[in-house]
Amino acid sequence: MKRRNFIQQTSAATAFIGIGGLSTFSFKPNYKKHITILHTNDVHSHIEPFGPDDSRNPNMGGVARRATLIEQIKNENPNTLLLDAGDIFQGTPYFNFYGGELEFKLMSKMQYDAATIGNHDFDNGIDGLLAQLPHAKFSFISSNYDFSNTVLDGHTHQHKVFTKDGVKIGVFGLGVELQGLVNDSLYKETKYLDPIEIAQDQSRILKEEKKCDLVICLSHLGYKYNSDKVSDLKLAKATENIDLIIGGHTHTFLEKPTVETNKAGKKVLVNQVGCYGLYLGRIDFYLDDKNNIEANGLKIEV
Amino acid sequence: MKLFKLINCVFFALIILSCKDDSIETAKVKGQRIAIDNKIESNAEIKEFITPFKEHLNKTLDSTLAYNPRAMVKSDGDLNTAIGNLMADVVMEQAGPVFKSRTGNEIDMVLLNHGGIRAGLNKGKISTRSAYALMPFENEIVIAEISGAKIKEMLTYLERAKTAHPVSGIQIIMNKNYKVKSAEIKGKKIEKDKTYFVATSDYLQQGGDNMLFFKNPVGLTKINYKLRNAIIDYFKKVDTLKVTKDNRFIRQ
Repeated sequence: MKRRNFIQQTSAATAFIGIGGLSTFSFKPNYKKHITILHTNDVHSHIEPFGPDDSRNPNMGGVARRATLIEQIKNENPNTLLLDAGDIFQGTPYFNFYGGELEFKLMSKMQYDAATIGNHDFDNGIDGLLAQLPHAKFSFISSNYDFSNTVLDGHTHQHKVFTKDGVKIGVFGLGVELQGLVNDSLYKETKYLDPIEIAQDQSRILKEEKKCDLVICLSHLGYKYNSDKVSDLKLAKATENIDLIIGGHTHTFLEKPTVETNKAGKKVLVNQVGCYGLYLGRIDFYLDDKNNIEANGLKIEV
Repeated sequence: MKLFKLINCVFFALIILSCKDDSIETAKVKGQRIAIDNKIESNAEIKEFITPFKEHLNKTLDSTLAYNPRAMVKSDGDLNTAIGNLMADVVMEQAGPVFKSRTGNEIDMVLLNHGGIRAGLNKGKISTRSAYALMPFENEIVIAEISGAKIKEMLTYLERAKTAHPVSGIQIIMNKNYKVKSAEIKGKKIEKDKTYFVATSDYLQQGGDNMLFFKNPVGLTKINYKLRNAIIDYFKKVDTLKVTKDNRFIRQ
């Protein structure tokens, strides 16, 4: 008997038992595993909420509120991964005064698992970024910046595998081309490598060699461009093995994730939550035995 | 209750059995965004942790410098905006005397980038904090001496950009299709062989936003004056901000 059918039948049976007996027997959804991905991007040093008189985002944002929300969600589902897609730095005097120390300390307190590096994270130079790294208790994942000739060499990961409730989640990171965007005196000898090639490579390693159940790309490439410039949407279509692209850079406010089809004909989710910590993105993955899925296929609710 | 216990046992046994098969796959994905607004209570520990950082900042930032009679945002114009005009005029007014005293020359025009306007200015009190929001970056004002030919390249760049990049000292009139009909610096036609002193930010001069006409200038003067400090100094100097949209850079 399939487990799902069994649960349906047992719930019918238990309906005859008093409510008291049920309190220790709360039903989970009919899936074996539940992984929650929470994400932010382009927070740009926005520590405090916008005031009531703000011309664009009155009463929105604020790290202390975000912390409450994250805590609530983590209490509901401890199998949660918290990620940031870059441009943590620059945008309020907190950065000008403290150089990013407070941003990293707060993200550490909120137990961020990983972040990728945005162009503005170089604003105090690559040395300025390195100087703040001791305040970050989370990992920096960057796959297409080659830092080997810089002070950042050895301080970032090409990818990282997180295991939550036995589910292996592989994360790799992509950064935007720095030339023309950041002065080279700031990023120094950082080499920008082709994001699509790197993504193909990293996602293959994560899916096939590291046997990851989920592959996430933390991207600071930007959601979409009118030009030929590589974007998250292009990346989604041109690759395989990626389940979710968490984007940034273009400050795109998506009300819900975009569903794209990859090279192998599989669905990829692309999400981005604007900027300044006004929203928290939440993606819930429900995993189940392969033979249970085959009947219904992958369900996407956005 | 016996029935319940029995079901319970069977249920857990089944879970254990099914765990043997470790080939799992995504069955369902749900995506949403959650607004972070004032309905969510602040985490007390985080708030407390921020407090000393905040107090130190506020002391410096919140004294009123000027008054803004109306809100300005960078999206309120086609090719020039009140806030962009304000920034470009501030550079002209604040950097001009410094440049003159150091070199004896005058700034002919200013070009900044629209992307560099990082916030609007709210109506009401203007403080150092407003200047930080408007210009959070540490960029400094530089004066590039470039040829009239390079100014033409600049105009071509602006034709392609179709964006309200802030200017001062130059008047540009484009047709509906963004082709330059006329351009004058300080009321005079641009001469190919003459050189012009163009104030901009070090970021743009070094090729930021692909403003390549600024690269390898005839001369470059660094005046060690941050764009933000120029804005703060200007706010201190004036009582009420008066800048509006005008005809400096238009289509007709």
